[in-house]
Amino acid sequence: MAQTTKTPTAAPPGDLPPTRRNFVDLVKAAQWGLVGGATATFVSAVGMVPDFDGVMLVDPILTLGYLVLFLVPFGFGYVAARPPMTLQGQEPARVGPRNVLAGAVAGLVTGLVLIIPVLVAANFNLRSVFVNLSPAMVETLTFGQPVADSEGLVIPAVGLALLIAGCLVAGALGGAVNVVSTRWRQAILAGLLWVLTVGLLEDLVMQFFRGINLDALVGVFFAPGGGLKPLGTIIVFVLVFSLRLLFARRPPRIKARYQALDQAERRRWVIIGIAISAVIVYLIPVVLGGFMSEILDLVGIYLLMALGLNIVIGFAGLLDLGYVAFFAVGAYMTAVLTSSGSPALSPELTFWAALPFVVLAAAVSGLLVGTPVLRMRGDYLAIVTLGFGEIARILFLSDWLNPVFGGAQGITQIPSPSIGSLELNTPPQFFYPIIVLVFVAAYITWALANSRIGRAWNAIREDEPIAEALGVNIVTAKLSAFVVGAALASFAGALFASKVGAVFPNSFSIVVSIVVLVIIIVGGMGNIAGVAVGALVIVGLPQLLREFDEYRFLLYGALLIFMMLAKPEGILPSRRRVAELHQEEMGQDAWLTAEPEVELDQARATPATAKD
Amino acid sequence: MVAEQGTPKRLHFDFVGAVLWLVRILAILAVVIGAFVSLTSGRLSAAAWLNFVVIGIGQGAIYALIALGYTMVYGVLGFINFAHGEVFMSGAMVGAFAANSLAQAGMWNSSPILSILIVLLIAMATSTLVALLLERVAYRRLRNAPRLIPLITSIGASFFIQYAFLGLFGAQTRTYPALSILDGFITVAGLNIRYADIMVIGAAVVMMVGLYTFVERTKAGRALRAVAEDKEIAALMGVNVNRTIVLTFAVGGAMAGAAALLFGVVFRTVFFFSGFLFGIKAFTAAVLGGIGNIVGAMLGGLTLGIFESVGPSLVLTGLGIPSAHQLKDVVAFLALVLVLIFKPTGLLGERLSEERA
Amino acid sequence: MALLEIKQLRKTFGGLTAIEGLDLSVNQGEIVSIIGPNGAGKTTLFNLISGLFPVDEGEMLFGGQSLNGLFPNQVTELGLARTFQNVRLFPNMTVRENVMVAQHCRTKSGIFRSILRTRSFRQEEAEIKAKAEEVLGFFGTRLVGYRFDQPAFVLSYANRRRLEIARAMGTNPTMILLDEPTAGMNPRETVELTGLIGKLRDDHGITICMIEHDMQVVRGVSDRVICLDYGRKIAEGSYQEVATNDQVIEAYLGRKATDAAS
Repeated sequence: MAQTTKTPTAAPPGDLPPTRRNFVDLVKAAQWGLVGGATATFVSAVGMVPDFDGVMLVDPILTLGYLVLFLVPFGFGYVAARPPMTLQGQEPARVGPRNVLAGAVAGLVTGLVLIIPVLVAANFNLRSVFVNLSPAMVETLTFGQPVADSEGLVIPAVGLALLIAGCLVAGALGGAVNVVSTRWRQAILAGLLWVLTVGLLEDLVMQFFRGINLDALVGVFFAPGGGLKPLGTIIVFVLVFSLRLLFARRPPRIKARYQALDQAERRRWVIIGIAISAVIVYLIPVVLGGFMSEILDLVGIYLLMALGLNIVIGFAGLLDLGYVAFFAVGAYMTAVLTSSGSPALSPELTFWAALPFVVLAAAVSGLLVGTPVLRMRGDYLAIVTLGFGEIARILFLSDWLNPVFGGAQGITQIPSPSIGSLELNTPPQFFYPIIVLVFVAAYITWALANSRIGRAWNAIREDEPIAEALGVNIVTAKLSAFVVGAALASFAGALFASKVGAVFPNSFSIVVSIVVLVIIIVGGMGNIAGVAVGALVIVGLPQLLREFDEYRFLLYGALLIFMMLAKPEGILPSRRRVAELHQEEMGQDAWLTAEPEVELDQARATPATAKD
Repeated sequence: MVAEQGTPKRLHFDFVGAVLWLVRILAILAVVIGAFVSLTSGRLSAAAWLNFVVIGIGQGAIYALIALGYTMVYGVLGFINFAHGEVFMSGAMVGAFAANSLAQAGMWNSSPILSILIVLLIAMATSTLVALLLERVAYRRLRNAPRLIPLITSIGASFFIQYAFLGLFGAQTRTYPALSILDGFITVAGLNIRYADIMVIGAAVVMMVGLYTFVERTKAGRALRAVAEDKEIAALMGVNVNRTIVLTFAVGGAMAGAAALLFGVVFRTVFFFSGFLFGIKAFTAAVLGGIGNIVGAMLGGLTLGIFESVGPSLVLTGLGIPSAHQLKDVVAFLALVLVLIFKPTGLLGERLSEERA
Repeated sequence: MALLEIKQLRKTFGGLTAIEGLDLSVNQGEIVSIIGPNGAGKTTLFNLISGLFPVDEGEMLFGGQSLNGLFPNQVTELGLARTFQNVRLFPNMTVRENVMVAQHCRTKSGIFRSILRTRSFRQEEAEIKAKAEEVLGFFGTRLVGYRFDQPAFVLSYANRRRLEIARAMGTNPTMILLDEPTAGMNPRETVELTGLIGKLRDDHGITICMIEHDMQVVRGVSDRVICLDYGRKIAEGSYQEVATNDQVIEAYLGRKATDAAS
């Protein structure tokens, strides 16, 4: 609808107001800068800047510390310079140098605010309160520049000037992102993202190169001291940039083409797909080596739990915050049944022989937890299940049940599972039972989603009283959800117990429940692929990036808040979830594009083809 | 085959109903037997039991103050503000810094009343500030989102604040300096009641009465109740919904700040994780009393405190469970579950806003 | 034999008596309309019958079976379905899925069979799907074809009401309680739906009891009309009888002024 924008001239009097000029408010930008300054101060005071300075991303200029620091003015510059949203029928606002200026203003203010913590840390010792306002922080923020001493007051003038200049430039760049057209912007951002990712995950990438026997590539990309070489940086950036530019169009509709095939052909492709997947799965631990396999094992265990919780929350809508209890039940049952060191009973079954009992115990605990909460409201259910989770941990820890569960000492000497004569006790070997169970869990998820009980769960989640009025037995449906979720968690627990070889009650705190919750929220509830991505990001990344470990929960929290505000359906949502959360918007769009109603008495044989 | 109509099985009615009745009977039996054994065994004197009760009331008063914040936010906005425990913790922490500074300046024990007031103001200001920040940054845009979303956001906020405090202030526990005027106790009817407990209970009562009056008698309180009932209609009646919601958070935060000061002065140690369990317990108290109900929050807090304090010794030890004090939290949560089974809307039912069918 | 029998029904909410001493019966194959001013207790009656609220006093029998104390899904299993005054669909499930859920109580594949995808499961799923589409076809072309896979929230208001009825039909009922089926519809839609209600009884043999405010609909299709006011039955009979009944007129319009108004 929009015509080419003409340069706005002064409107003739009495006429409509001129077309929207470049609508960027510099005062607003300054306000954003203040917020940015507060954020940057926070980031420094919390300790991230000096800590991360040790991680080299791009040798020799960019460490993670400086990246995190300058990301703040960059981000706020971007936000400050964002043109207002264009509604349908309006002409898009023009972008230009003013956006860059706005970004620069935001960055400048951020830098100016940062003067405060620097000066304070340089001159006063507040470390009994703010533990990170240390000389190290000052040094990082002022680039190690010499300080001037004026009348007893330490003023790192040169360093501060550099800092402010850096923030200004970062802000301007952030603003500039708004100016570039969408295609270029996406390509630039993709390139930058990949450079940073490769720099951060250099261990993973190096291991991958070594795993596929291309060791030479390691030297090409990475510097010996850590971080990408400039050459490597350029290669990665150019590669991703070009690819993104070229393939800006949407990917081919795989699903549609699959539907177009007939039964026999479909089956053929499914078998081929399974075969290829099997090969890849087999190769993963081989290629990635022991350290990575260990990480993947942990990811797999959490993924199992996430798939189970996905059924309880994502399908049935029961906010179970005490999910760790089932995990604990699985682990402890395995420990008690298989370990030679378990205090009370010592049947010493094998892992596989114990598994049915483990699942049985989980099912029983699912019923125990589920029955009292059947008629409770959602919020009450959350807190009660939370309580149950804590009760489980306390009981496992207690002196009272010490004879069975070992109290604070836990249970040790849990044997690893074995297949035939082969004992699976190294991380790469352990990967296989885990990945098999993950696939089983994924299949179960899919099978239940497209079934009678899956529909019943959806109905209960959407409108419980109506579902009941429609004939759905609420009791059995909810209890089934709990039982299935508990069973999957108990699998994870069993694997965890035999992998670690010991269980201690403090491994089963509420934090585990929350992490699993974060996984499915961030990854995308209801979508198996989303949950997998979530597990990799939430559990895998902190293991890979040890520097982040200390700030793990800080980032989880920030991530949760951010996701809920920006994209509550998760990174890879299921279509249903997107629909639920954006119902109003989608309803409007559907109304705009819907087919007109067909009159009953003028019924045609088939309605016109519709675009949904 | 798809079935035709048939006679319904009353199976599931029997199952759930029967299970719940079983739970009720077991609970009553356990409590009665345990209490009976404990009381008749003479293990502890009557004074000792009453002492437990008093301690429980003191603890419960703090729960009650924190619970007020939960219940008000739930009543007005309809979701559990998980981060409220951290609102409490932030006040307690900053209060600790203030108290220690005052102690260093020699004021802490020389002018205790003034010092307490100063730290009270600082703690309340901090908590209120954190609560307002929460509302502005995390919750404001989610006012009309399905209830699950702000709940999850609050979980994220809770973790964020905890670990932000960890990062900013470090992991060590902070201790309030001892306050000498609180040493000692008075003896009433053979019962030793610590000055500290008296102060806590007294202060809590004052604040609760104040809040109740505020909600029931003032214009702003009326606006609060109106917004809790129906945001849109309240707006149509001329109530500034935004300001009311901000006020809700502010008042809840202030209450939590007061609780923080009381907690700090009596229990003395704070660290970044202190808010978490207190928060859960306080929310339990709010639910116990009937969520959205201010008097309910107070009652729930006191009840929970007493259950926690008396329960392990009374019931669990009586049933022969060793080291019952470890299971203090179990008692608290079981109390919640049982109340919700016996009376699903809590002790006093729900008030600030009714659930619409 | 009366299919639905209500005897001396009483229900109070706190101090308010919603229903008092109500006797009512519906015979197999009838279409009975329940009318009455707002607040007369009509929807409360439906809520009591379908098990949403417990009854204070009185007895409700359906096909000889007592309904007192049953859960809503048990009532539906017996063959008594209902629709709701404020249309409550499952907004994010597709049109077809909404009707498929309705058959939950008539089918029995459990978790194990769903996971193992046994032949009986797959057969049952196919049947469920086919029946849902068949039921939706009752409304002509309005809810078929591309509509099957559309989420319910995109439907127009009239279509939502139709889907609501289709869902009730999906439970394979002997009798349906329709709560204001034509509320909010324009005249043409109303006429169409009136015809469909008749068709429900004639072609599918479903007994209908409906709450209605639109007297054209009531007159057009009811065999019998019952009028409630303040929770009591004040008139019963054919439409003519009830429409001219003094008490009914008074209930709706108030008492005539003794002096003629100018």
